Amino acid sequence: MLEIGLGHYLTVSAILFVLGVFGIFLNRKNVIVIMMSIELILLSVNLNLVAFSSRLDDLAGQVFAMLILTVAAAEAAIGLAILVIYFRNRGSIEVEDISTLKG
Amino acid sequence: MEWKLALPEIALAISALIILVAGVIPKRDTSFGVTMASLGALLLAGGLTLAQGEGSAFGGQYVADSFSTFMKLLAIAGAALGLMLALDWNTKQGIARFEFPILVLLATIGMMVMISANDLMALYMGLELLSLPLYVLAAFHRDSGRATEAGLKYFILGSLASGLLLYGASLVYGFAGTTNFDRLADAFSAQQGISAGVVVGIVFIIAALCFKISAVPFHMWTPDVYEGAPTPVTAFFASAPKVAAVALLTRVLAGPFGDTVAQWQQVIVLVSLLSMVMGAFAALGQRNIKRLMAYSSIGHIGFTLMGLAVGGESGLRGVLVYMAIYLFMNLGTFAVLVAMRRDGRALEGIDDLAGLGRTDPGMALAMAIFMFSMAGVPPMAGFFGKLYVLLPAIEQGFWVLAVVGVLSSVVSAYYYLRVIKVMYFDAPVGAFDARPAAVSVVLAGTGLFTGFMFLFPAPILAAARSAVVAILGAG
Repeated sequence: MLEIGLGHYLTVSAILFVLGVFGIFLNRKNVIVIMMSIELILLSVNLNLVAFSSRLDDLAGQVFAMLILTVAAAEAAIGLAILVIYFRNRGSIEVEDISTLKG
Repeated sequence: MEWKLALPEIALAISALIILVAGVIPKRDTSFGVTMASLGALLLAGGLTLAQGEGSAFGGQYVADSFSTFMKLLAIAGAALGLMLALDWNTKQGIARFEFPILVLLATIGMMVMISANDLMALYMGLELLSLPLYVLAAFHRDSGRATEAGLKYFILGSLASGLLLYGASLVYGFAGTTNFDRLADAFSAQQGISAGVVVGIVFIIAALCFKISAVPFHMWTPDVYEGAPTPVTAFFASAPKVAAVALLTRVLAGPFGDTVAQWQQVIVLVSLLSMVMGAFAALGQRNIKRLMAYSSIGHIGFTLMGLAVGGESGLRGVLVYMAIYLFMNLGTFAVLVAMRRDGRALEGIDDLAGLGRTDPGMALAMAIFMFSMAGVPPMAGFFGKLYVLLPAIEQGFWVLAVVGVLSSVVSAYYYLRVIKVMYFDAPVGAFDARPAAVSVVLAGTGLFTGFMFLFPAPILAAARSAVVAILGAG
């Protein structure tokens, strides 16, 4: 049987991270998808930290992961609040429309 | 009791919570009282920072030394001056809510935690504690489409930067086995080769911090956010958080990653070159003065990073001196922008300054001082800022950096001098509304500092030197 080791966890987490980054830059439709991509990035980091923590036999990584979970929740709340007031002003959350400021 | 070391942060956090409760309870508008109380709280935090001892606390997560004192005092001064600029502006724009000063206070706590961070976890905590209030502040004018768009853009790109930082932190933790700065420094100095994982991690962390200080190529959010956000918020963005982020970058690169200098020095050199060139050329065609200031701040960050790239005691001292001077001349310039208001309407065009030399000679003189200083004309403060980063660069043989720095400051002198030309030689289009008292105070204070710093540079230089010795000694 295949042994699941640190390398596998890191690979999965790297794939999730890249998916998240591409989700932000290639997505041309909806800001909500961007927020989901940000969450994906943070979760990939958590996976990384927990895998390292178990390999190093050191609790700091898991503490860090808990901290990130908490802050990510606060960040998502603020992001959605800003999105709501943006929608109230513009009536749209299409990524293409967020372009009044440029030059 | 080691927690007493963090007394400035604790006192500021408790006062922010008390002021929040006191602001919520009364039925009437409390924004003036809350702003005054917040200024008092900042003053208290500044006093406690001065009286703070040295050492580390919370299991090595928090460190207080003369570097943290120097940078914290700058950040607190930036926040206090930013609050003074916002007081009158918010009332006139109809956004005078008591939450504004509280958000500034919370952001200041974040900056102080960042400056004192001695662990990747504390670094992330401080950075988020700063960023979350800043996202809200950018969108504070919630009925304005431009402000909310600025807030949304800042939020998305800011969260991406936090994600990059965390990914880098997780790699450094995994491959070095610790998140503590002191133990990271020990690990890197003992080891011969640095593993590839750590190098990738360092690059991710540098990229995220470059985003926060808006260095090229991570600057794309800066002009949009600076233009869209309310002017006093832009003034705050361009001053205190930049000081804190530069402090963090300096501590991270000089402390834990000091022995991996070969891995990151080229990156910082490149970022510095690109920022100086971008700041000089992109600002040439701007008509909006807030956008102009955004590109100007990118250029100044390029100069600051020059000192960081050169490193060593004199290079890092240049970084600290440059940040101190940049903070005050930048806030002074924004005080003029805040006062740009005719018939109750806020103005943002460079052409709106036309004839200021005749309609308001005092403000025009102050603006001329700031513009000369930013262009680096002696004997203004900005000249000394540039001098103290250029000298070490030449002494250490970073010729490319020094030459590009001088040339880009020649190019940028064009748009700074154009502002002066518009003020003194164009026909007036009418006087601005009466200047609010708080803005005049900020103008006078920062103008005197910028204009006369050359008479008494010794205290700042000595403080910067002892601050640099503190982090180089620890790293």
